Amino acid sequence: MIDTVALAMLGGSLRVSTPFLFVSLGECLTEKAGRINLGNEGVLVLGAMVAYATSYETGNPWAGIAAAAIAGLLLGGLHGAICSLTRVNDVAMGIALMLAGTGTAFFFGKPYVQPSAPLLPGIPLGFWSDSPQLRNALNVCPLFFLGLLAAFVMHWGFRSTRMGLRIRIVGDSQDAALALGLPINRTRLFATAAGSALAGIGGAFLSLYYPGSWNEGLSSGQGLMAVALVVFARWNPINCIYASLLFGAAGALGPSLQTVGVTWGYYLFYAAPYVVTLTVLILTARGGTALRGMPGQLSIGR
Amino acid sequence: MRPNDSKSAGTSRRAVLAGMTATAATALASNQALAKDLVVGFIYVGAKDDYGYNQAHAEAAAILKKMPGVKVVEEEKVPETDDVSKTMESMIKLDGASLVFPTSFGYFDPYMLKMAAKYPKVEFRHCGGLWQKDKHPANTGSYFGYIGMGQYLNGIAAAHATKSKKLGFIAAKPIPQVLININSFALGAKSVDPSITTKVIFTGEWSMPVKEAEATNSLADQGIDVVTCHVDGPKVIMETAERRGIFACGYHADQAKLAPKGYLTGAEWNWITVYKQFIADAQAGKPLPNFVRGGLTDKFVKMSPYGPGLNAAGRKAVDAAKAEILKGGFAVFKGPLKDNKGNIVVPAGKSYPETAVELESQNYLVEGVLGSIS
Amino acid sequence: MSADATYPLRRSLEAVFAPLLALLGALVLFSVFLVGLGQSPEDFFELVWDGAFGSWFSMQNTLQRAAPLLLTALCVAIPGQLGLVIIGGEAAVVLGGLAATVCALPFVNTSPILVLAVMAVTGTAAGALWIGISGWLRAKRGVNETIASLVLAYIGLALFNHLVEGVLRDPASLNKPSTCGIGDANMLDTVPWLEIHPGLPVGLLACIGCWIFIYRTTTGFASRVTGGNIRAARLQGLPVSKLILLACAIGGGCAGLAGAIEVAAEYGRANASLNAGYGYTGILIAFLARFNPLTVIPMAVLLGGLGAAGGLLQRRMGLPDATVQVLQGMIFIAILASDTLYGRFQWFQPRAAA
Repeated sequence: MIDTVALAMLGGSLRVSTPFLFVSLGECLTEKAGRINLGNEGVLVLGAMVAYATSYETGNPWAGIAAAAIAGLLLGGLHGAICSLTRVNDVAMGIALMLAGTGTAFFFGKPYVQPSAPLLPGIPLGFWSDSPQLRNALNVCPLFFLGLLAAFVMHWGFRSTRMGLRIRIVGDSQDAALALGLPINRTRLFATAAGSALAGIGGAFLSLYYPGSWNEGLSSGQGLMAVALVVFARWNPINCIYASLLFGAAGALGPSLQTVGVTWGYYLFYAAPYVVTLTVLILTARGGTALRGMPGQLSIGR
Repeated sequence: MRPNDSKSAGTSRRAVLAGMTATAATALASNQALAKDLVVGFIYVGAKDDYGYNQAHAEAAAILKKMPGVKVVEEEKVPETDDVSKTMESMIKLDGASLVFPTSFGYFDPYMLKMAAKYPKVEFRHCGGLWQKDKHPANTGSYFGYIGMGQYLNGIAAAHATKSKKLGFIAAKPIPQVLININSFALGAKSVDPSITTKVIFTGEWSMPVKEAEATNSLADQGIDVVTCHVDGPKVIMETAERRGIFACGYHADQAKLAPKGYLTGAEWNWITVYKQFIADAQAGKPLPNFVRGGLTDKFVKMSPYGPGLNAAGRKAVDAAKAEILKGGFAVFKGPLKDNKGNIVVPAGKSYPETAVELESQNYLVEGVLGSIS
Repeated sequence: MSADATYPLRRSLEAVFAPLLALLGALVLFSVFLVGLGQSPEDFFELVWDGAFGSWFSMQNTLQRAAPLLLTALCVAIPGQLGLVIIGGEAAVVLGGLAATVCALPFVNTSPILVLAVMAVTGTAAGALWIGISGWLRAKRGVNETIASLVLAYIGLALFNHLVEGVLRDPASLNKPSTCGIGDANMLDTVPWLEIHPGLPVGLLACIGCWIFIYRTTTGFASRVTGGNIRAARLQGLPVSKLILLACAIGGGCAGLAGAIEVAAEYGRANASLNAGYGYTGILIAFLARFNPLTVIPMAVLLGGLGAAGGLLQRRMGLPDATVQVLQGMIFIAILASDTLYGRFQWFQPRAAA
């Protein structure tokens, strides 16, 4: 029974974690540059719709992924550009963007609720096993590996490239950035747009791989939760991987417990990922002082 | 407070006028031209194209739209809050609706009852509620279909398709309308082979695609090879089942397209029967019936055409069971029947046909169903 | 006398001018969007007017929708004055409604006044407690309140569903699981003559009360100072932790009260209808109002009106329900972006004495 649940949680974390991984990486990039984008929920939903529609129209799911990334880039660019204006609050603008993104996706997505678009194929990593359960659990979406790659590239980029250093300085200290003559707004615009492109790909995963369908109830707040996962991950791209996997596994707990006969309190088990998140946040918080790893210019960190 | 409101309203009005050249509103004219028509309002809780509960109603409404002398007004995604009272009132006051169909269960009490008292000349017919003569206004009523019989047939089809003898049922919430379906499905399967079990997973929400897909996957991981469901939009469940290479029975509407290989059959609503009857009575000036129920026999419910997953023996068995039901008097719930905790829920010699009011408060899962409702 | 006697007036005009210009811009942009789709903007705005404000019925519809939003917006606006972003008001609404119902049940056979008083107190307390947790975590543990309140909203909703569909369920509530009811005799009536939601006067009073608290009391002043610069506030010896807790408790209390009123005025019992998104819409209103409790009122009416008109747009123009969301999104982006216009027009600025 335990191994059944464990297997389900492994499969669940591989299936469910990818959108969290992409959005949290995107959010991590944006926040490293000192901006917060709560609008990635809207970007995620718009990305899901655009990806599905493009895949349906062109017959090529990879074109859908590219379109989702572009949609994210544009919406993120809008956020970045407007927040470059003085006095505009990035938290508030993120919430407006969330509304605009989901609204636009629902508006233009109506004709694509019914048709079936070509989906991304999975990579059968469980070919060596006789167990169909394990084979299915290990049938992993290529986007998952793309996400892992992105995390490692970002980690390396922040540490070892000029661009990464520039983003970190702009995010940590506006004064230092000014002193060095770095283009603050342009850097943040780039980080926000690129971050949202990643979030758009996260949305494409939802509609083109798992659950692999477009409708208005598709997102259950993955884009918002990613903001929490970034704090959880201490603004470290590698930690984003662990945070997303843990969150995905906790999310698989609810249904799999029911299949093995634990039927009491399913609402509470469904809330497991949130309880885990909150517990980690509380345990790792330092009373009164700023969080380790947090970019100094972040508006939520005052 | 009033001056404040009208001020803010006034500013937006001015802004509106500034942004465009004001002309006579064509949208309004279209309303008045239709004064003679019977205006019928449909209210849905979800999207009209959900491949499920709401689509089943909207498909019937689309047929009504083509009928002469009938004008249909529709509103989707109306929550079960006071919003729906306002939607009904708006349809009555602004569109001239004289017959309203609020199609979601939670619209009945208190919203529809309140509006019915306020507008005694308008007729309200609600889908799924339990209208009672001594309790509810005469201009209200309810209609529903006995779709449990369809799930019973789904169960027979599933029993012929399964190899593992394990079936799965993904349900939103443990309420009577859902429990009847789960139990009917399980009893249908057991009528073929008593050793078959049905595993139930509750998602807790009427529409939550990721959770529904997760539930389908957990069931498939457990070796379950046929699933069916009772959620508002079964699309994701059907598609996930197809991808996992297991069979699926549809619910609410025809989902054969979503699972071209694994679809067996499905229990569908056929609401047009009910709506045509109401419209005909209203146009003839006759009083509308208050309490309308019907099943397969009355064509309130129908079965999807058989999919390729169902073998010849299975088709024959479902056909035979359907013929038996259509003769009338068939009861799925007949004694002796135990629940899955071992208690007798229907004593020997007693049977409840689908019309029995007792079934509308069902609160158990029958023997052979793995799961619990609390 | 100063040479610039009209400056205070011009300054207030500037606060109205920028958002109005933004609203106009958003409407023009949306008209272009409609024309691009082959729809007529004239019809659209005529219908929005008819559906939201054009008749007494439409006004009632608008005000009805605005009523709960006044209180849920305060749940964001009051902590917002301290620079906190609380986005978990939804859970405070449902838990407030649940606590109010359950605590009122032992009193249903006494007097309606007592029942309603119990509901108001317990609903407020439950909401205050739930948002207070986020405030406490922020003040004492340094946990980011935005994320804590978001995660707590999911947990609170799970708890609500678990209780309503479990131990607190009325076995007679068959197809819509609910708690036991408070009884028709104890329910709040609509406002006499006007036939509008009883939550509206309560919400208006709460907005006015909160405005007085924020702008006319010492504690309110201390809160604004803290919101301006938390480090400076600490240096000045202001009790920052206490202020955070107080603001979260007041905000949460408002949202909890909204839940209690919804139960007392609409449902008579607690069930899933309470989870209607009032908490989330409140966030938008509070940001539009820049956390000013009085500005919350017109913003709630604006959003209530768009909601009221949405149905008419679906029925008359065949536009999808998401149309209103697109329009709202444009209005929001425009109004929030218009913050940047402050100080850019010379006419509004103080003039040096000649």
